[in-house]
Amino acid sequence: MNKRKWNGVKRELFKNKYALMAFVLLIVFLIAALFAFLSPFDPNKMSIIDKLQSPNGKHLFGTDEYGRDYFTRVLYGARVSLAVGFLSMIVAVVIGTTVGTVSGYFGGWIDNILMRFVEVLMSIPSFFLMLLLNAYMKPGITTLVLIIGFFTWMEIARIVRSETLSIKEREYVMYAKASGQSSFLTITKHIIPNIAPTIIIAGTLNIATAILMESSLSFLGLGVQQPNSSWGSMLNSAQGYIGEAWHLTLFPGFLILFTVLCFNVLGDVLRVAFEPKGANGEKK
Amino acid sequence: MKKVILKRFLNAIPLLFIISIIAFLLIKLAPGDPIQSFVTPDMNPDDVERMRKSLGLDQPIYMQYILWLQNILTGNFGYSIITKRPVLDMIIERIPATLGLMGASLLLSLIIAIPLGMITAVKKNTIFDRIANFFAYIGISIPGFWFGLMLIYVFSLQLGLLPSMGMRTVGTDSIWDVMKHGILPATVLAFQNISVYMRYIRSSTIRQLDEDYVQIQYAYGASKRHVLFNHVLRNVLLPVITIIGLSIPNLVGGAFITETVFSWPGLGLLGVTSIFSFDYPVIMAITLFSSVMLILGNLIADILYSVVDPRIRLRG
Amino acid sequence: MAEKLLEVVDLKTSFYTGAGEVQAVRGVSFQLEKGEVLGIVGESGSGKSVMAKSIMSLIQSPGKIKQGDITWRGENLLGKSEKQLRAIRGNEISLISQDPMSALNPVVKIGKQMTEVIIRHQRVGKKEAEKRAVDLLGKVGISSPEERLKQYPHELSGGMKQRIMIGMSISCQPELLIADEPTTALDVTIQSQILNLMSALKDKEQMALILITHDLGVVAENCERVLVMYGGLIMEEGPVKELFQNPKHPYTEGLLRSLPKRSNGVKERLVPIQGSPPDLLNPPQGCPFADRCPYVMDKCAELPPYFKVDSERKTMCWLHESEEGDNHE
Repeated sequence: MNKRKWNGVKRELFKNKYALMAFVLLIVFLIAALFAFLSPFDPNKMSIIDKLQSPNGKHLFGTDEYGRDYFTRVLYGARVSLAVGFLSMIVAVVIGTTVGTVSGYFGGWIDNILMRFVEVLMSIPSFFLMLLLNAYMKPGITTLVLIIGFFTWMEIARIVRSETLSIKEREYVMYAKASGQSSFLTITKHIIPNIAPTIIIAGTLNIATAILMESSLSFLGLGVQQPNSSWGSMLNSAQGYIGEAWHLTLFPGFLILFTVLCFNVLGDVLRVAFEPKGANGEKK
Repeated sequence: MKKVILKRFLNAIPLLFIISIIAFLLIKLAPGDPIQSFVTPDMNPDDVERMRKSLGLDQPIYMQYILWLQNILTGNFGYSIITKRPVLDMIIERIPATLGLMGASLLLSLIIAIPLGMITAVKKNTIFDRIANFFAYIGISIPGFWFGLMLIYVFSLQLGLLPSMGMRTVGTDSIWDVMKHGILPATVLAFQNISVYMRYIRSSTIRQLDEDYVQIQYAYGASKRHVLFNHVLRNVLLPVITIIGLSIPNLVGGAFITETVFSWPGLGLLGVTSIFSFDYPVIMAITLFSSVMLILGNLIADILYSVVDPRIRLRG
Repeated sequence: MAEKLLEVVDLKTSFYTGAGEVQAVRGVSFQLEKGEVLGIVGESGSGKSVMAKSIMSLIQSPGKIKQGDITWRGENLLGKSEKQLRAIRGNEISLISQDPMSALNPVVKIGKQMTEVIIRHQRVGKKEAEKRAVDLLGKVGISSPEERLKQYPHELSGGMKQRIMIGMSISCQPELLIADEPTTALDVTIQSQILNLMSALKDKEQMALILITHDLGVVAENCERVLVMYGGLIMEEGPVKELFQNPKHPYTEGLLRSLPKRSNGVKERLVPIQGSPPDLLNPPQGCPFADRCPYVMDKCAELPPYFKVDSERKTMCWLHESEEGDNHE
């Protein structure tokens, strides 16, 4: 693994106060989501007399249409949203890295066909097809993860491909090839570790996209299904009460915005840190 | 230049072919008898059988595809399972609403993003730049539907300034009324693009300002304003056309969700409702139409770019 | 003695980057007379281009002219407003830059770019400006000038573009033309054509010329007087012939020795100067060349003043301290 690059990431992360803020905020969200069970309220316990309360001392985010504590529900929703975002990213990274390295490493007709395929996927109305596939298949978290992953890996594949192209001419890769190491080992042992930072950056930005996708699909009712709920699916039910209890719409949306924002900021800062001629490329 | 355009056209053909296969499979794999989508209420069982024959549904699958393609190319998209109306009619009557919305949002994006991008570039690293950049980050991170809901809450429910749904007030038929209905959805659809364009224009302006020709312009006594508007602007605007082409997927994808939030009677809303009602012929048609829209949009952007950029125009 | 056109006194220009203050020009003084051809030689990073830009007040943020006086025809340039400066730039003082490929705006027609400058400074109409542009292109040796005006830069060759740049730069009969490495980006065969054109025009238009280059050959053939710059300072100054025949500063000596010589048919071995130029972020206290100087002494830790070694020559080197006693400035 490239130590120097990693140290660069760490330095950039702590030097850039926005990146640090985003990072800390995400960690806080993650911990809050993981420890949601500590909340004194049961996220599924209905209490009709308490329904649609505005935020107050007892219910920080108020209550929903069934009188459930909204803060607790938002925390549990965070679990689903973050998990779907993360898992979709994994799917996208696995596909994207495989396609990208294979395409870049072998070149020739393999590269041609794969990149052609990427192009096709990028020029179809993917959002509509995602909606459609979710409706056709059994909607649910697994379906959602696979579908989002499958429609968002193209950008990663392109970046990974171009990195692979530049790295495969390096001596250690040439040496590995010349010493008879199999292509599979060369790719996994020599190429992927060297482009890991790039993959991580692309992955970070991909989580942002995935969370947005998930929330849109769930908002339309074609993503996360009952009894699970994500921020997106909470908004689906909240929109009916926007007149009388707009806080139900406010909180989950804000959290989506903040989470996505954090991932975007983080990804961007890291990307700038890696680009050789970054923001401070001023000449003398 | 003709060569460039021809090449782009040829590139689009295999893409259209693949998409047509996807659309065809969509219909083939749909549960139920595909003949349903061609049955009109006034047909008796004999008619249906004849229809099946005439559609070639008893033939091998590749023949079915060819027949299907023939139908599509001659404008026969079948009938909606739900409304029993010809799908093509349903699509055509929705196109103006969607194109209008997209056009308005594109226009809005450009009007805001171009000056903003250039100003932030000139005022790099000032407070103004930072604030604009922050908003750009919000723009690419905000869920469009939620932004729409918030706008509805503020401008329709609280302030009562703008309508929250539909395209017309029943009984009125003025263009002003349509525009009023369109403000919120167009804003929502534009927000993300504004951010993307602004960031792009900013960085491209910064790059241009570093170019030698800018220095030379100053050295020949040109004012900052002159350099910016008469020299940099041109160089910045050319690639914006490509960016517009690249953002068409966003626009198409965004239209589905924005139209749903605002009940805007366009193709997007039709698409989403047809998914919920499993109206396969309509779904198939929407898939085809939005793909064609995407491909055409990119094609037009490519061609426009090669027309306006002298470096490309004079080469081919 | 001819009329004094430009006087630069103790000019200091710095760039304030994230890493700190980069002192590109660290106190440069010289004069230029009317119609004179002055060469400025130095490696890249010696501050010569920054100095040229400073003269025209073209230094942009994060750069800044920190100190010094620039007197142009008796007037202080640094005290002028942006508007007054604009009336001088391209009109009285003009500039040709290194790379003609990027000096012209790629998406604006040649004619437009040329007439813009003429209209701006000469207050003539579009028609008249076009006529003058055609004349100018003829002057710089471009065939079928009317056609060229309708073309875009990328349709022309590098040499042709540099001719156009020259045409543009002299379009308002400037008193001074600053040519910053005007031939570096061109083919060798075209280089001499361009230089010949420039010296011919210089005589015809009676303008002064500052020729900035790293190529000593160019200086030898075209200039009357030369400044040798290193580490943001002038190391040595004098008439070209004497300076080249009898260099006083070890840096000049090194430069000359690193030049391929083919005199008497004997090919001398090239002797590159060892080491690398000083870091202008933390410039040395003493002589900037001390690190690489074969004659380095203890005294070199202190920055030498200029020693006059001749009526027209001065050098910044302790070696010449004794030569002329207390004659120094």
